[in-house]
Amino acid sequence: MGAEEGDDMTKPGGTPLLAVRRLTKRYGPEQSGTLVLDGLDIDVGRGVFLSVVGPSGAGKTTLLRCIAGLLTATSGSVEMNGVPVVKPPPSLALVFQDYSRSLMPWMSVRKNVELPLLSAKITRQERRDRAQEALAAVGLAGSANHYPWQLSGGMQQRAAIARALAYRPEALLMDEPFASVDAQTRADLEDLTRGVRDRFGMTVILVTHDIDEAVYLGDEVVVLSGSPARVRERITVDLGPDRDQLATKSSPRFTELRGRVLELIRGERQTLQGTA
Amino acid sequence: MVAKSPVVVRRVLAFAGDAALEIVVPAGLVALWWAASEHSTSLYYPPLSTILSTLRHFWLFAHFGSDAVPTLVHLAIGFLIAVGVGIAAGTLLGLSPLLAEVVAPVLEFMRAVPVAAVLPAVLLVLGVGPAFQVTVIAFGAVWPVLLNTMDGVRALDPILDDVGRSFHLPARVRLLRVTLPAAMPNIVAGVRTAISIAISVVIFSELMGATSGIGYQILQAQDTFAIPQVWAGVILLGILGYLLNVAFRGVEHVLLRQHRGMRETAR
Repeated sequence: MGAEEGDDMTKPGGTPLLAVRRLTKRYGPEQSGTLVLDGLDIDVGRGVFLSVVGPSGAGKTTLLRCIAGLLTATSGSVEMNGVPVVKPPPSLALVFQDYSRSLMPWMSVRKNVELPLLSAKITRQERRDRAQEALAAVGLAGSANHYPWQLSGGMQQRAAIARALAYRPEALLMDEPFASVDAQTRADLEDLTRGVRDRFGMTVILVTHDIDEAVYLGDEVVVLSGSPARVRERITVDLGPDRDQLATKSSPRFTELRGRVLELIRGERQTLQGTA
Repeated sequence: MVAKSPVVVRRVLAFAGDAALEIVVPAGLVALWWAASEHSTSLYYPPLSTILSTLRHFWLFAHFGSDAVPTLVHLAIGFLIAVGVGIAAGTLLGLSPLLAEVVAPVLEFMRAVPVAAVLPAVLLVLGVGPAFQVTVIAFGAVWPVLLNTMDGVRALDPILDDVGRSFHLPARVRLLRVTLPAAMPNIVAGVRTAISIAISVVIFSELMGATSGIGYQILQAQDTFAIPQVWAGVILLGILGYLLNVAFRGVEHVLLRQHRGMRETAR
């Protein structure tokens, strides 16, 4: 486990890697446009696995795109390593929900994984090695020469995760990454994600609408309220570093935590319906 | 029986069937023409046998080097300029919406001008010679390549754009590995249209101002009432056009291999 052998920097509670401050995003005209994010404050410590859960259309993707520097906030700020994020920061990688659209169909899996390494001054050999290591970490070493469209959905998402790993980011942002795969593949990919987080010592922010997934994967869960999104509550998930699909999910503590998250989200929905 | 055959066998049969059809129908038409025209004494409709022997003697031996080759060379140069300029300008305009907006009226005007209409003006400026041919071919063929490339580049999936930005891909890598491959189906479609335009324009230009070339010889033959030569020239052009299309289909097959694979698995 990375948290055990790593230094203080990889443990939760150090200087925050990412700091989201009063983040507000409004689409359209400055005053009359749709308010999507309403003054969000979120700190993400180094090495933390943070789940962000909220009702559909709560602006989760918008939040992620702001953190990734792909979208400019209307007001407020995002800082990574103390540096304001105004464009995509150097040590941050994204995994998208729609794996079939985020991989290049005209490149082999290996070339796809090597793609982000074409930018830095990396030798051909090192590029190969890093891609191979990343592919091995997600169990795709044998499919390196296939094209993405020759793989199943779950394998394509693994390839997308490998591409992010090869980039060796400090922060990995995942936008509903397992929403379009079947249940068994989803469970496999969830465990794979926690596994590579430990092995590569990254900070992960995973956005999902699935409460079980948020609690099962996260060291902490941020619950967003619906449109416009505000931080409803932040919950520490004290389920220990090792998670197991069967044991963890059937433990009383898990049930308690997911119940609390569900309550927060359900309460939110009732408030919304009441005001609608 | 067919339903029980393995997929491969069925595919082979289907391919053989297609190939046979592709040969049988033209062969039948040629045979029909041959039989119907064999005893023709009309000046304007000479027997096919005469036309084909003219094709062989006049075009394939006596005039291939002096006339067919120049036509093909001009065609190739003009076409390649059209493809190069079309892809470069189309990419630039596809990447810059502002630039595209500024030049849109000019583009719309230029592409609306029939090539035939600019021939006399260009001939006046450049005079008879290869420069004239190459210029008008390039002018005629550039538009489909340019406009299709622009559309393809502009239609880049926003997710791929996000991938490029978040992974800090250098502009060159983004252009060559992401944007242009993504636009390839559009570019190929534009180039295919450009080929047929280029063939028409090269002949057209040779009818107007040339001292050699297939079009020039057809015109000469017409002036001297060498009717079999006229028809033989037309057949030669048909064959050349057909061969060029077949060759391009091969290029297309290779260029769009992955796109095809993706589409087929998506079904």
